[in-house]
Amino acid sequence: MDFAQIVQYGLAGITVGSVYAIVAIGFNIIYNTTGVINFAQGEFLIIGAMTAISLSGFLPLPVAILLAVLLTTAVGGLIELVFIRPARDASVLRLIVITIGVSILVREAMLHIWDEKVRSLPYFTGTSVSTVSILGAHISPQVLWVLAVSAVVVTGLTLFFRYTRVGRAMRACADDRMAARLCGINERWMVTLSFMLSAGIGALAGCVVSPVTQTQYDMGAPLAIKGFTVAVLGGLGNSLAAVAAGLLLGLLEQATVSQFPNAYKEAVSIVVLLLVLVFRPSGLFSRGEISALRSA
Amino acid sequence: MTPLRRYLPVLTAVLVVVLLQVALSAAGATYYLTQLTMSAYYALVVIGLCLLMGYAGQVSLGHAGFFAIGGYTSAVLTTCNLSAFGQTSWITSCRWLGMLAERRDLYGASILSFAPWAGFLAAMCLAGIIAFLIGLPILRLKGHYLAMATLGFGLIIYRIVLAAPIFGQADGISNVPPFPLPFGLEVNGRPAFREQNYYLAWALVMAAMVLAVNLVHSRVGRALRSIHQGEEVAHSLGINTYRYKLATFVASSLFAAAGGVFLTHYNGSIGPSEVTVMKSVRYVAIVAVGGMANLWGAMLMAILLNFLSLRGVMGTYDDAVFGAILIVIMLAAPDGLLRLPRWRRPMHFLSRRPHG
Amino acid sequence: MDDILLETRNLQRFFGGLHAVKDVSLKVPRGTIQAVIGPNGAGKTTLFNLIAGTLPPHDGQVLFRGRPITAWKPHAIAELGIARTFQTTRLFPHMTVLENVMVGRHPRTRCGFLAGMLNLPRTWREDREIQSSALAILRDLGLEGLADQTASNLPFGKQRLVEFARALATEPTLLLLDEPAAGLNIYETRELASLILRIRQRGITCLVVEHDMSLVMDISDDVAVLDGGQKIAQGPPRAIQSNPEVIRIYLGDNHA
Repeated sequence: MDFAQIVQYGLAGITVGSVYAIVAIGFNIIYNTTGVINFAQGEFLIIGAMTAISLSGFLPLPVAILLAVLLTTAVGGLIELVFIRPARDASVLRLIVITIGVSILVREAMLHIWDEKVRSLPYFTGTSVSTVSILGAHISPQVLWVLAVSAVVVTGLTLFFRYTRVGRAMRACADDRMAARLCGINERWMVTLSFMLSAGIGALAGCVVSPVTQTQYDMGAPLAIKGFTVAVLGGLGNSLAAVAAGLLLGLLEQATVSQFPNAYKEAVSIVVLLLVLVFRPSGLFSRGEISALRSA
Repeated sequence: MTPLRRYLPVLTAVLVVVLLQVALSAAGATYYLTQLTMSAYYALVVIGLCLLMGYAGQVSLGHAGFFAIGGYTSAVLTTCNLSAFGQTSWITSCRWLGMLAERRDLYGASILSFAPWAGFLAAMCLAGIIAFLIGLPILRLKGHYLAMATLGFGLIIYRIVLAAPIFGQADGISNVPPFPLPFGLEVNGRPAFREQNYYLAWALVMAAMVLAVNLVHSRVGRALRSIHQGEEVAHSLGINTYRYKLATFVASSLFAAAGGVFLTHYNGSIGPSEVTVMKSVRYVAIVAVGGMANLWGAMLMAILLNFLSLRGVMGTYDDAVFGAILIVIMLAAPDGLLRLPRWRRPMHFLSRRPHG
Repeated sequence: MDDILLETRNLQRFFGGLHAVKDVSLKVPRGTIQAVIGPNGAGKTTLFNLIAGTLPPHDGQVLFRGRPITAWKPHAIAELGIARTFQTTRLFPHMTVLENVMVGRHPRTRCGFLAGMLNLPRTWREDREIQSSALAILRDLGLEGLADQTASNLPFGKQRLVEFARALATEPTLLLLDEPAAGLNIYETRELASLILRIRQRGITCLVVEHDMSLVMDISDDVAVLDGGQKIAQGPPRAIQSNPEVIRIYLGDNHA
């Protein structure tokens, strides 16, 4: 492989990896506030993309995307209100099963609203054949959009959680629900907000990556699994580590594609998931006190 | 509990099975028997999963994987062509042990494959070994980590059968021969043998239920329930929780594999659609709605829901229905539909114990 | 040293930066009731869990009948003959009282998975024995009337007793009691005291971690006092009661 090919694969890896990272961050936001793994996380990307695609038919692209993100955010909040909040005192396992059911319902709803055809958003800049040259590799300008949007999302979230009142309130809930409540924070709404936030960033990611990967109604579940793999790889709840882990998985996948037949690409994330769960469930970047995760 | 009380539900169920067949034959609707037979084989998976989830308290989102291991192993062994190795020593010893069978293909040429009973044994062994090896590391995990690990396992099996040519990739394996049994009985899909296959399937399910009921009422069953209801306490009472979870995991995989083997021989084929995540989720939904620790509830729901699904009653909303079931049950009746207060009286008749 | 049933040697346990158990050495003679007391946060429960196998120590040893059992898994410890109760009573909620106690017979019985599934004849005799011995224990504690009640329906004091019965079903040589009097009123505490004394009469050694002074002073043969993870005093109840150090850590400097 020559240098340009390496750069090509590398950029492809970083691109798809940053999408995985955003899904993982979505997982982490909800996990941090509720301790629940939201299996429906991947669906948010698809809802966002599909909505934007439909809206872009008669609205300018930026407006379509904005509306799609807002709509998906609302859907996220709705899901929390309807399915999660009534299950207040349920065990974590029950809540996980509920989110699995939700992801199935959402997927089926999308099938019936949009059908099973593959669609995609138009390229933000340029067309499907325009290229930009970086270090000898030719890539679509959309890739730069993906990277840019991902960077903005991660930076925005970091600032949000560190410097805004609401962000800090959410972190307080993540740390200690009861204490947060005693401080006057309405932790129920923090939970709803966490779902809305995850849905919003998911929708944005779905929109920006749609021209590159296409969008189909059932792509949510594989994305969720890869996103979960990345989240666990970085350490569940650790969003900065999720970024690193996401890039890592993306690069690993591309490395596999460059050497082996395409069919093995999907297996990479599953193998990584199983390896991490078996050997280091607390993630690559954790300190290793995993007593809460092991039972025997 | 006296033997009569313990096995009364089994006897009742046998009675219902027979009555159903007689009624359907009388009504000239014997084609329903086909779906009931298939539902019975799926119920085998559910029984094993109920033991795992309801009694040992471990979730498995990948149980369709064991079904596939069972079905595909038997399918491969009974459809492979060993004629090329016809004269080697190990083939000759296999033949001497009765492990081989000869068939004719479409063009009249002779094919040498493994006999279905050999395929069955191999499938069960493989499923058990894999369950043991997989269970060793992942049963140390808790909650959602265990759930995701089992999901990952199911996905790997799916990817393998989809990718490897030996498993027929997207088309699966077909032309799987019928499964001959003693006394001239045979598991096959031919309409003329509908009643026979119906009873064979149900005999298998009843046998499985007897084993499961026995286990639940035994010392081990009590230990499993205690693990589910208070793992740390059970551990401090001398129960090796890890070993019991592993044993239950392996046992449930064997139930699932058996279902896979027989359904494959009944249908004459198996495909990747039996291993999807959705299939695994369905099994979980059925156990949940039947009542996590309720063997009879789970079996009942398995028959009902699979039958409806196979008849296409739910149309394109099939998956959505199972998804909705999961949600509704978890929110409204986490102990299963049959544990709702209104049902207490009739369920009390069937089993005087809280655990059913 | 056959009459020392349980011994801990220089046990250490940290939680992050907190030195929860500092160099605790304790000897419990056979057939006695040993109490471990101390103010909140003194490390009593941690010490308890180190002995019971729920937590591994970072250093030091636990010896039972002279043989090391440090960091053994809880089920192995139970098989040896060490039973424990929990601070918050944890009966198996969806099982009957009788079934709860029957689970306690587990380490003394043997029939396994296959025998259970196939309902082999040897399980019949064993199951009968399990049931009758469980009933006998319930009768002993005056609980046989509650045998078929679902455990979660019982009042708190009765649940405590059932937990005792369950622990006794394991035929322990050593019984570890984690704050057995917590939440009990005066009468129930007195009944508890006589129960523990009866248990000692049967030859079962007891280690009691407790807050309730009246219980401790009434029944213990020896009292060890922990403070800040360390053992600061040990001796017969009378001596401990008048020990100025002990008084100081409980009541503050003005009362010594």
